[in-house]
Amino acid sequence: MTTESGADSEAKQPQEKKETGKGKAKAAAEPTSPKNQQEQLPAAVGHSTPVRKEQQEEDQESHRSSTSRLTKSPLRGVKKVKIMQCKVTLLDGSDFTVSVEKRATGQVFFDKVSDHLNLLEKDYFGITYRDVENQKNWLDPTKELKKQIRTGPWNFAFNVKFYPPDPSQLTEDITRYYLCLQLRDDIVSGRLPCSFATHTLLGSYTVQSELGDYDPEEMGSDYVSELRLAPNQTKELEEKVMELHKTYKGMTPAEAEMHFLENAKKLSMYGVDLHHAKDSESVEIMLGVCASGLLIYRDRLRINRFAWPKILKISYKRNNFYIKIRPGEFEQFESTIGFKLPNHRAAKRLWKVCVEHHTFFRLVSPEAPPKKFLSLGSKFRYSGRTQAQTRRASAQIARPAPFFKRSSSKRYNMSLSLDGAPIMENHETPAKDGSIDGAAKVIAKEDIITTVTTERMAEEEKAEQEDVQKETPEPAPSTPLRHDTKRSPRLYTHDPLRSELSLPSSPISSNKVRRRRRESARKRASSVSPVKSGTGCRRRQARADHKAALLKEQALLLSARRQRLEQGKRHGGTLFSFSLHLPDLSSILDEDGYITFPDLSEMRLLPECAQNFLPIKSPSLIPCFLFIFFFLLSTSFSVPYALTLSFPLALCLCYLEPKAASLTASIAQSYHDHDSSEEEETDSEHTDFAFDGEMTATESEADDDSEMRTQYSFIRRVKGENVFIRHSNLMLEDTEPPPEVVKHQTNVSELKRSFLETTSGGGMLGEWEKRLSSSPLRSPRGDEAPMIEPLEPQDTKDEQPAGDETKEEVGLKGTVSTLGWVSSSQKVSADQEEKAPVATETETAPAKQMSPDGAEVAAKDMPVVHTETKTITYEAAEVDTNGDTDPGVLLSAQTITSETTSTTTTTHITKTVKGGISETRIEKRIVITGDTDIDHDEALAQAIKEAKEQHPDMSVTKVVVHKETEITPEEGED
Amino acid sequence: MAGLMAGFGQYTHAVVRGIPASLAQEALRSSQAEVDLDAARREHDAYAEVLRTRLGLEVVELPADETLPDCVFVEDVAVVCGETALITRPGAESRRRETEAMKEALKDLNLNIVEMTDENATLDGGDVLFTGREFFVGLSKRTNQRGAEILADAFKDYAVSTVPVFEGLHLKSFCSMGGPGLIIIGSSEPAQKALKIMQQMSDHRYDKLTVPDDLAANCVYMNLPNKGHVLVHCTVEEFPESVKVFEKLKDHMLIPVSNLEKVKVDGALTCCSVLINKKANM
Repeated sequence: MTTESGADSEAKQPQEKKETGKGKAKAAAEPTSPKNQQEQLPAAVGHSTPVRKEQQEEDQESHRSSTSRLTKSPLRGVKKVKIMQCKVTLLDGSDFTVSVEKRATGQVFFDKVSDHLNLLEKDYFGITYRDVENQKNWLDPTKELKKQIRTGPWNFAFNVKFYPPDPSQLTEDITRYYLCLQLRDDIVSGRLPCSFATHTLLGSYTVQSELGDYDPEEMGSDYVSELRLAPNQTKELEEKVMELHKTYKGMTPAEAEMHFLENAKKLSMYGVDLHHAKDSESVEIMLGVCASGLLIYRDRLRINRFAWPKILKISYKRNNFYIKIRPGEFEQFESTIGFKLPNHRAAKRLWKVCVEHHTFFRLVSPEAPPKKFLSLGSKFRYSGRTQAQTRRASAQIARPAPFFKRSSSKRYNMSLSLDGAPIMENHETPAKDGSIDGAAKVIAKEDIITTVTTERMAEEEKAEQEDVQKETPEPAPSTPLRHDTKRSPRLYTHDPLRSELSLPSSPISSNKVRRRRRESARKRASSVSPVKSGTGCRRRQARADHKAALLKEQALLLSARRQRLEQGKRHGGTLFSFSLHLPDLSSILDEDGYITFPDLSEMRLLPECAQNFLPIKSPSLIPCFLFIFFFLLSTSFSVPYALTLSFPLALCLCYLEPKAASLTASIAQSYHDHDSSEEEETDSEHTDFAFDGEMTATESEADDDSEMRTQYSFIRRVKGENVFIRHSNLMLEDTEPPPEVVKHQTNVSELKRSFLETTSGGGMLGEWEKRLSSSPLRSPRGDEAPMIEPLEPQDTKDEQPAGDETKEEVGLKGTVSTLGWVSSSQKVSADQEEKAPVATETETAPAKQMSPDGAEVAAKDMPVVHTETKTITYEAAEVDTNGDTDPGVLLSAQTITSETTSTTTTTHITKTVKGGISETRIEKRIVITGDTDIDHDEALAQAIKEAKEQHPDMSVTKVVVHKETEITPEEGED
Repeated sequence: MAGLMAGFGQYTHAVVRGIPASLAQEALRSSQAEVDLDAARREHDAYAEVLRTRLGLEVVELPADETLPDCVFVEDVAVVCGETALITRPGAESRRRETEAMKEALKDLNLNIVEMTDENATLDGGDVLFTGREFFVGLSKRTNQRGAEILADAFKDYAVSTVPVFEGLHLKSFCSMGGPGLIIIGSSEPAQKALKIMQQMSDHRYDKLTVPDDLAANCVYMNLPNKGHVLVHCTVEEFPESVKVFEKLKDHMLIPVSNLEKVKVDGALTCCSVLINKKANM
């Protein structure tokens, strides 16, 4: 019997509830905390749980009380810094109230709570709050509290965010204790289902850890009944628990918790964060996010699983959530699988959780948030430490194991003691804690930017080792990523360059305007300092440009869309979208960089009859209105005139919008709902052009439209209702988009955006890509080989591309300057006069690179053009790469194409292993098509510069300039 | 302390059932082979004898029922894992009543009985592959989604993934466990495809042992005190090439058992027994 357990068992009822020394809110906490606990539980299980009024009211009350306290606060009266009282429900069910400035970030708040809990390994934890729908959201540590808690009371809960797959690797017992508390809650609430035997076993360890050794005299016969151990606790269960408990004599609480965790971690739903969704056929499923990837459940059955390495990209748009899957055993192409979530918020929540889990468990260090200035879309990234980092950091924890009281948490009859004994008796001084942790954190934060990451499999240590052995030793994490450390993401928000607009460019319409714009953009981008003054002017100019272009494009898009629709309704793609960045409206950008507009329908300002009028309900109304208003203003309308005109126009647009939306929706379900959607399709054929774009900007991630087109390939249920990924024809068309489809990737750097949302961060790309190279090479084994073979995890295996694919791309690599390649752009408009491929760059870098992941895999045999050609090749001195006789073992090859009207950028990424060194080669082909007035030298310089910026750790080894002048305006076969 | 999911392959009891004379003529089969009833009975006796004498299990032998020609294949009517026994609802209607005797027998062994009562559910135990860490349920002619769901409900601790069975009668017609984390798999295309699906669905890593003959991939694995890894597999007469593969398993005690007759009515080695571990808990 240890002192701890002894103390605990003596504590019994009167001491069951330990409150903080401050004793704040104790009276309030007393009745509410257990109740709170229970109420939270069902809601946490899923997303469809309706808002609970009781809870809300209660919350409101506490909110009021906390604000009244706030006014009394004499401390900061002068500065008028608003202090908020945040009530946090801790894992043991008690409440803890923290005062934080209203403007404080989530991190400050989280740190305060962790300090209170004496928790050093805090990266596994997080703070949740309930949104208006009473759904649990994770507090973003980088954002201000007040931006996250827009409505409702400042009530939070402290929870485990990332369940460590192997809790025994946690350094401190106290961390494991909190994990246990979370799991007990998960179990009691039913989120973590267990069999009867498991409930018994886990319950017995809980009893041992809380009450200590079995003592018949003191405990009596029904001491287990007061503990909550299972959702449906029966007498039988309690008896079995007692039977087991008797056998644990001498087991310390820490040991009991270790046993508890060792068993709990094996449960199939351990650490799985479930989200309600529907598949393409509207079948109710659950998406489970966990350390190893994404799990798809139907009822209790696992019907599919996508390990993180298998997922190329995750995104969401409106209430759809998409994952793009690496081609695997049964698919030849990448496929994108869409799921419907109950609403946009749920989709976003799921997306965030995925991003965070992937980063935490798969990466060595987090990627930097995107520094893109051309895109909308979320800048959200996981910014904390990854599991690898936190393990490293916690290995350095030097404090003596803190003594902590295990409070009796899950009791049926919660009786609180008023003695106010602090939870931590042996509290280390906060300063000391802070210094240890703080120092580590600073380093970690720097790491985020400067460390490049060795590939790490979070899943299994063995696998890691294997990988490491088979891989060449990757250079130590010293290579700087190309993220500029000096720029904080926030800076970018105000960066005038962000105001650049990314626009859909139409192939037919006035090329010149657009080209000029592009050129000016390029010039700007190419200038050394990215920050420029004279913002307003440029911005206005840019916007005017934008609008002028937009109007022209609307007409074109209209026809383009109509054509597409006619082409085939089987296409499930979103037909067109563009993203637009409105720099002046930064105030309405929400915490993730979305533009959020107040929803008129939610505000209920309007008379009832008006509310039923669809357009008014539309979330796009305000943006539409503003847009039109500014547009009219910019075209020299007077303010009142512009005002009067823009409202009806906006209404008009919004009236059409739902039809557009329903069109998309119906296409998404095209396999079934043909009849119902037909009418709407015809209706909205000519109407919805602007809306997709607008909706993209307001409600969803600004996805590249190239991706949009890939988005509807669906899970199909085949035989026995099992789910398979079925790959739609769309993928094929992707590589060869119809000419009228407009793209808006204006330059090389835009390419990067297509990864993981509107990414450009590159960190993620790098990681993701690196997995390609890090997959252990396995020699092909014959099936007849009578040895036990390790089952190659799908994940790694899949990373090796199919044989043909490889060959094809190697072939291409050899023919850097052939004409056939050059002319492979279908999108070259018919009126071209000259084709001028400007630069081909070959970059090499050992093992490490940032590589944009593209939306398309393409390499097509194309007709060759009759041209006059001129080729100049510059090669770096050390061209060991091209002339190397040993081609090495090809690990992967990838081709990415992006195009604008006059520029085609093709990126080949080949990864090979040669003599133990893995090498990544990136070849970029930029084909500029157009009139003679292009300054080719400048374009070349620009292209090289961009490439260098994108891959600072790679060197440019070869530049081939290849100039062609077409003899005949028509393309012809060679 | 023996925790959950410990001791894969540890068994103390086995339930078997006699062969009724009706098996020769009436038992379901996918081929039109003639069954030598006496040979089949000799085979089955030898099988039970191995379990009883050679491996020291306590064998509960249920009497054959002439009205149930397939009753010897007890595996299909019950899935036992830990302390819980799921009495299935076999896909073949003619076999539904086989569960009655099994249920009684398992009750007598003090297992927690879960019955599959849903009229829409079917499940044959032959479609259930328990790897020690999770379940794979083959969706076959005999087993449907609902059946798998009920199984998942009965064994909440484990992930239950579904695997389509394109060819063959059951999932275990071409695979079985050969040890903790070792899957024995046939080399046919459907078998390999099923394995790949299992791989993709699983959080765990498995080794595989590929054997040339699908039917030979059905083995009975046990981990017994004083004996270690035991693998009951097919004989050289049946599948010489596959036996060569098994012989490379150095750590296993290999016990070839003939199955020439029962295989004619689609019976494999695992089909003929339900294995139970009784002393594991309390």
